[in-house]
Amino acid sequence: MAFNAEQLARYSRQIILKELGIKGQQKLKQARVLVVGAGGLGSPAAFYLAAAGVGHIGIIDADEVDLSNLQRQILHGTDDVGRPKADSARASLLALNPETEVRALRAFVDAGNIMGFIRDYDFIIDGTDNFPAKFLINDACVLAGKAFSHAGILRFTGQLMTYVPGQGPCYRCVFREPPPPEAVPSCRQAGVIGALAGVVGSLQAMEAVKYIVGAGALLTGALLTYNGLQGDFRKIALSRRADCDVCGEHPSITAPVDYAQAVCDA
Amino acid sequence: MTLTVTGVLKEYPEGINLSRLIELEKVATPMYVTVALNDDFVESGGFGSTALKDGDKVEFLYFMGGGR
Ligand SMILES: [Zn+2]
Repeated sequence: MAFNAEQLARYSRQIILKELGIKGQQKLKQARVLVVGAGGLGSPAAFYLAAAGVGHIGIIDADEVDLSNLQRQILHGTDDVGRPKADSARASLLALNPETEVRALRAFVDAGNIMGFIRDYDFIIDGTDNFPAKFLINDACVLAGKAFSHAGILRFTGQLMTYVPGQGPCYRCVFREPPPPEAVPSCRQAGVIGALAGVVGSLQAMEAVKYIVGAGALLTGALLTYNGLQGDFRKIALSRRADCDVCGEHPSITAPVDYAQAVCDA
Repeated sequence: MTLTVTGVLKEYPEGINLSRLIELEKVATPMYVTVALNDDFVESGGFGSTALKDGDKVEFLYFMGGGR
């Protein structure tokens, strides 16, 4: 696959990186990444992936843009209020890079549709705002043997980890099962600063790019935490649980599970 | 005894268990925290019976559900 002069100019700053080169750019062009949630995390993640020249981006979100989203969900603008987020996201990504193929899906992910959504993708980005969805994406990716980036944010702190089949723990190894609704604070109750979503969502895009081009070391076997108030990053080493319900030696979860949906409009 | 708790070296009373450490560290959601002791997970029912010793490394991992 050859690139034309315009493409070479657009991607020149990353093609000169020895970790990428033309080969890496071709891999990005051929890659398919699914971003679940066109919100605080999904916005920077999808923007940077489109900018980098990822050939196909799927973006799933069932909601419409609300004025209270704009403080952090930079895929959407003031004129988009009331518009489906999936459509607004698609328009923003195409404005940034018309060469990207963007598939916008207006849907909630659930146990019935998640396997179908992830099937055609190489890497999945969890940009959801609730535990049922985070566990659902984890389980589906483990069951389907897909690599994905988990992230969560709250107030001024965030965390992320990358799952690659056969390499290190999954999200369920660390957190076992969703906490009961209201047991831990949500973003709506506790708040979140927009730049935090920008930092953590950008790190998710970084993981996707590294996975696609095969550069560097992924956040597998580790949870990276970021405390924005203190300006601290910490990488916590974690091992897989042999008795994990989904990735362990005798898994009890063999198909995606729906948990009671705790409403958290982060 | 000296423990490394969330990356910080600190002195703690001799022989405390994990439950006591969770109190001392004022963990906000003690029912829903995941604990890694020297890189391995501790079962959530086992905090009271997990004695800590000099040099142990403890990490608290919190649920973070936000993203959108
Ligand atoms: Zn697991």
